[in-house]
Amino acid sequence: MKNLKMSVAAMLLLTVTFMNAQDGHNHDKMKMGDKKMEQMDHSKMQANKDAKAEMILSDYFNLKEALVADDAKKAAEASSKLIGSFKAFDREAYTSEQQMELIEIIEDATEHAEHIVKSPIDHQREHFKTLSIDITDMVAITGTAHTIYEQFCPMYDNGSTWLSTSDEIKNPYLGSKMVTCGKVQKEIK
Amino acid sequence: MKWYKKTAIVLLVALVGIQFIPTARNQSDVVPATDFMMVNEVPKAINDKLQGSCYDCHSNNTRYPWYSNIQPGAWFMEMHINNGKEELNFNEWGKYSNRKKTSKLKSIISQIRDDEMPIMSYRLIHKDAIFSDDEKKTVIEWVTKLKESL
Repeated sequence: MKNLKMSVAAMLLLTVTFMNAQDGHNHDKMKMGDKKMEQMDHSKMQANKDAKAEMILSDYFNLKEALVADDAKKAAEASSKLIGSFKAFDREAYTSEQQMELIEIIEDATEHAEHIVKSPIDHQREHFKTLSIDITDMVAITGTAHTIYEQFCPMYDNGSTWLSTSDEIKNPYLGSKMVTCGKVQKEIK
Repeated sequence: MKWYKKTAIVLLVALVGIQFIPTARNQSDVVPATDFMMVNEVPKAINDKLQGSCYDCHSNNTRYPWYSNIQPGAWFMEMHINNGKEELNFNEWGKYSNRKKTSKLKSIISQIRDDEMPIMSYRLIHKDAIFSDDEKKTVIEWVTKLKESL
């Protein structure tokens, strides 16, 4: 009987812990949000403006390289870094119209990046396609210090584009199956 | 007491115990103005199919089966509904940006085309939620048109 009592007590304890754990989770999230708000500082942000956008691009290019190499695990890692860079991005230096657009771009792009983190490679590539459009639209607003190339593959999903730092074609959609398929469509400076 | 008796009692107590853990119910009487069907002009056949196959997890109103009152089934369902709504909530369609709408329509097309949605556990219980080849074709054609019109 003593054993039985212990079991009941253990179950109750487990239940309570479980519910508390759920509560605690939400609190943590809120606290983190507050901290971020405090960190916002105008002058700092101006200086970081370009660096933050370049961080996003650099993560995106790492993701692209992983897909070229058919490496789903590396793609997931690069994508999770990319999510961090999206979070770190600050829009304050842009006009309110640009900010609206950037909010929408980053919201959409983050969702695609989240899917890339948890999906097999075929699915990663589907999301990479829309993510590439988002990043292209972002660069149109933020600009970049480097020359990048918009490239196009007619064979993947009725034609798909991606960005690259080199004018040489390394196809992230087809990977080793047909790595040189595609052409440079546009040069972005 | 024999060990298996103890185990049985512990399991029973656990099973009874978890019934007391509350789960949130996903139910609402109102169809908001931002609902997919209010924002778009949706043909009846497509409306019925989407409501029947998707809305249980992708809207604010779930038609709960009887076993949804029993744990751990209710947890399982709550988890799926929360994930589903986070991914896509048809009730909030009107609030989505055009960029997000386009993304979601693209995903709707590929998920239906590849039989990824509805998920297996849902299909097992809701046979009528499965998309027949004809239904797939009709819905995908219509969603593609909507996507191109954005």
